[in-house]
Amino acid sequence: MADLTTTFLGITSPNPFWLASAPPTDKEYNVRRAFEAGWGGVVWKTLGSEGPPVVNVNGPRYGAIWGADRRLLGLNNIELITDRDLHRNLEEITRVKKDYPDRAVIVSIMVPCEEEAWKAILPLVEATGADGIELNFGCPHGMAERGMGSAVGQVPEYIQMVTEWCKTYYSKPVIVKLTPNITDVRYPARAAFRGNADAVSLINTINSITSVNLDAMSPEPMIDGKGTHGGYCGPAVKPIAMNMVAEIARDPETTGKPISAIGGVTTWRDAAEFMALGAGNVQVCTAAMTYGFKVVQEMISGLSQWMDEKGYTSTQDFIGMAVPNVTDWQYLNLNYVTKAKIDQEACIKCGRCYAACEDTSHQAIEMSADRVFTVKDEDCVACNLCVNVCPIEGCISMEELALGALDERTGETVKPYANWTTHPNNPDAVTAAE
Amino acid sequence: MSNNPTTPGIQSARLSGAVLETNFADLHAPLDTHEAHVAADRCYFCHDAPCQVACPTAIDIPLFIRQIMTGTPEAAAKTIFDQNILGGMCARVCPTEELCEEACVREAAEGRPVEIGRLQRYATDRLMARNSHPFTRAEPTGRRVAVVGAGPAGLACAHRLAMKGHEVVVYDHRAKAGGLNEFGIAAYKSTDDFAAREVSWLLGIGGITIETGKGFGAGLALEALQAEFDAVFLGIGLAGVNALRAPGEGKAGVEDAVSFIAELRQAEDLSALPVGRNVVVIGGGMTAIDAAVQSKLLGAESVTIAYRRGAERMGASQFEQDLAASRGVRILTNVMPKAVHGNGAVAEIELEYTAEIDGRLQGTGETFRLPADQVFKAIGQTLEGAPGALELQGGKIRVDAAQRTSVAGVWAGGDCASGGEDLTVTAVAEGRDAAEDIHATLMAAG
Repeated sequence: MADLTTTFLGITSPNPFWLASAPPTDKEYNVRRAFEAGWGGVVWKTLGSEGPPVVNVNGPRYGAIWGADRRLLGLNNIELITDRDLHRNLEEITRVKKDYPDRAVIVSIMVPCEEEAWKAILPLVEATGADGIELNFGCPHGMAERGMGSAVGQVPEYIQMVTEWCKTYYSKPVIVKLTPNITDVRYPARAAFRGNADAVSLINTINSITSVNLDAMSPEPMIDGKGTHGGYCGPAVKPIAMNMVAEIARDPETTGKPISAIGGVTTWRDAAEFMALGAGNVQVCTAAMTYGFKVVQEMISGLSQWMDEKGYTSTQDFIGMAVPNVTDWQYLNLNYVTKAKIDQEACIKCGRCYAACEDTSHQAIEMSADRVFTVKDEDCVACNLCVNVCPIEGCISMEELALGALDERTGETVKPYANWTTHPNNPDAVTAAE
Repeated sequence: MSNNPTTPGIQSARLSGAVLETNFADLHAPLDTHEAHVAADRCYFCHDAPCQVACPTAIDIPLFIRQIMTGTPEAAAKTIFDQNILGGMCARVCPTEELCEEACVREAAEGRPVEIGRLQRYATDRLMARNSHPFTRAEPTGRRVAVVGAGPAGLACAHRLAMKGHEVVVYDHRAKAGGLNEFGIAAYKSTDDFAAREVSWLLGIGGITIETGKGFGAGLALEALQAEFDAVFLGIGLAGVNALRAPGEGKAGVEDAVSFIAELRQAEDLSALPVGRNVVVIGGGMTAIDAAVQSKLLGAESVTIAYRRGAERMGASQFEQDLAASRGVRILTNVMPKAVHGNGAVAEIELEYTAEIDGRLQGTGETFRLPADQVFKAIGQTLEGAPGALELQGGKIRVDAAQRTSVAGVWAGGDCASGGEDLTVTAVAEGRDAAEDIHATLMAAG
């Protein structure tokens, strides 16, 4: 079993699996159960300013989409930050951290965008002994209407300003949690690091309406006949989150900066993928809310097995390894030629590849009277759609043409690497060095 | 020329080699990876899962299925072996339809449980194919433990003890280790010499010596073992077979089902194994089913199971009864053997109808005869050869919750011990738990 001990911002936890700031980390009771189940750390559910706590709706807080067998694919919520008293939360955080010194305890905070508000709460949080704070600049519902959460996260200048306050009034690591409800995540990330943030965490939830009740004509979750957008999370958002993590990881201004990845982490593999894209650890919520805290056991055993098989002895060995391979379209090798190939032994003759190619692509698959499907190399542009719609894994593969081989579609031989920047059709092409 | 199912008497080669090979192939073909992922996807990862509660070895079933789902069947196998080192065999022979799969919430909801047994086999097969042992031994303790009986209980006990750092010597009176995994159980449930491969894989832990040809009455005495070892575990099974208690029982062709099954399991060439044209199996448990189905698969023309009570009382599960029926075995219920007829060898068996009157089973007086060249007795096994010093309970060695016998320093588990069902998986649990108690006892003794 590979050692999963991971150090992030100088905070060491027995594994890279932290619970994200959310309902699972709202109380001492939950967090103790989480630590007993094996979670490496928690980000305590967001604390607000002193005084009467926020209130939540008293109807449904969640909406979801499912697969046919009720597999939960996406979850949306309209819950606000903690609705428990600030001091009660602080006492509980203090107790839990004292009892679990080997686990990471980070405190999420969201107070108004005024220096005094941050100056007031930060010493109280510092006194808990927690390992760091996470600034909730991400929640897209409710609090954003009050100028907090994603309302801050959508304005890079605010992010930088608040981060600077936190670095002034708090001595331990400061993580800035980013909202995906922006056009280019690099700007808020740069702002966070300009404000001396120690790390960014992303993504927070995505503005969403999961479904519409067609009888009541209201979005779900429906509160007395009306609904509002919620924050979307769970397996469905992972591709969006991975892109945003990768964008920050490869942005020259922020590359190498610590990232805590959030967004649909459900299995060990999800975590490994995020970490390969530059995340120092991952935060999980929906998987725990769907399956219970025990789900971390699979993440631990799976990541450990994979590391053993790859010969990695520490999570540091693979963090960021995929970042150099994330590039711009213009640098992709336009001379890389592949052709689809259908394994006739594996083919069950459903014809989905044919329908996809004939109706929506390049008419590159031939169908015989007795339902034999073959690829026409002279028409195949290697789009990969047939592979993706084929129900049999491994039945259709993309085979690379070797250097010098004839591409029957273009009538040309395969040449060495060349990309768009030097392509003759590119009006801005630079002349290739001879 | 060659024989066929209607050749009179007890004959070999009633079927061609090719047909025999098909007949004795894997009962449940192993799942391929795609099938395993689809099957695993049906698991709901229940909290405090009923399937785990129903498993005598308490395997964390939701976790191992999730590990399969996420592409780490080896981690899944480790989860299984942590609780049940014979998880490979149990995946093949457990009556899952009465244990984990019966408890599966999808069985209750849809009548179609998650295929836990086949998934367990998928995972364990994959790890065992790596030919490496997933456990390592603790530092040597210097303690030595004798295990008598190399069946599931003895092997599970030996493995756990070896893992804890003890030296273990396992004795078995037979020529091979494995117990009923090797000598019992229908061949189509343990193909490709799986039982023997599993034993050799299990021994990969190290620290275990197997000595065959030795047992009580065959060179061993409890007192001597106690003197030589720090602790003794008995997993000697049930070596005796109940009698028919019907006249004519001694005629040729009346045999023990367990011997027939053992012979079949050890046969190099199934076409050399003789079987009757008309076979009657007396009994209603798994042994009866195994003997009957295999007789049919060997080419017997007609095979009948005769059970003295109603079908609902049969020890064999509904799945096993259906399996027998699907292979052409006829199951007669509420009949008991009255006499065995024949001149030297059995030619007919006379059965009498039974009825339960005032809670007592008795013959109704109405009898009939079935042609029979071969009659297999499968009406239960009995404890045989247990050291006299041990107290018995219900015909078995009395043990407490920690598998301790009435004699200090001696533990027992599996079919020979009181409590629990006579299942492979129960034997594994008892052997494992005894090992834990032996370890705790030896370590406390300092």
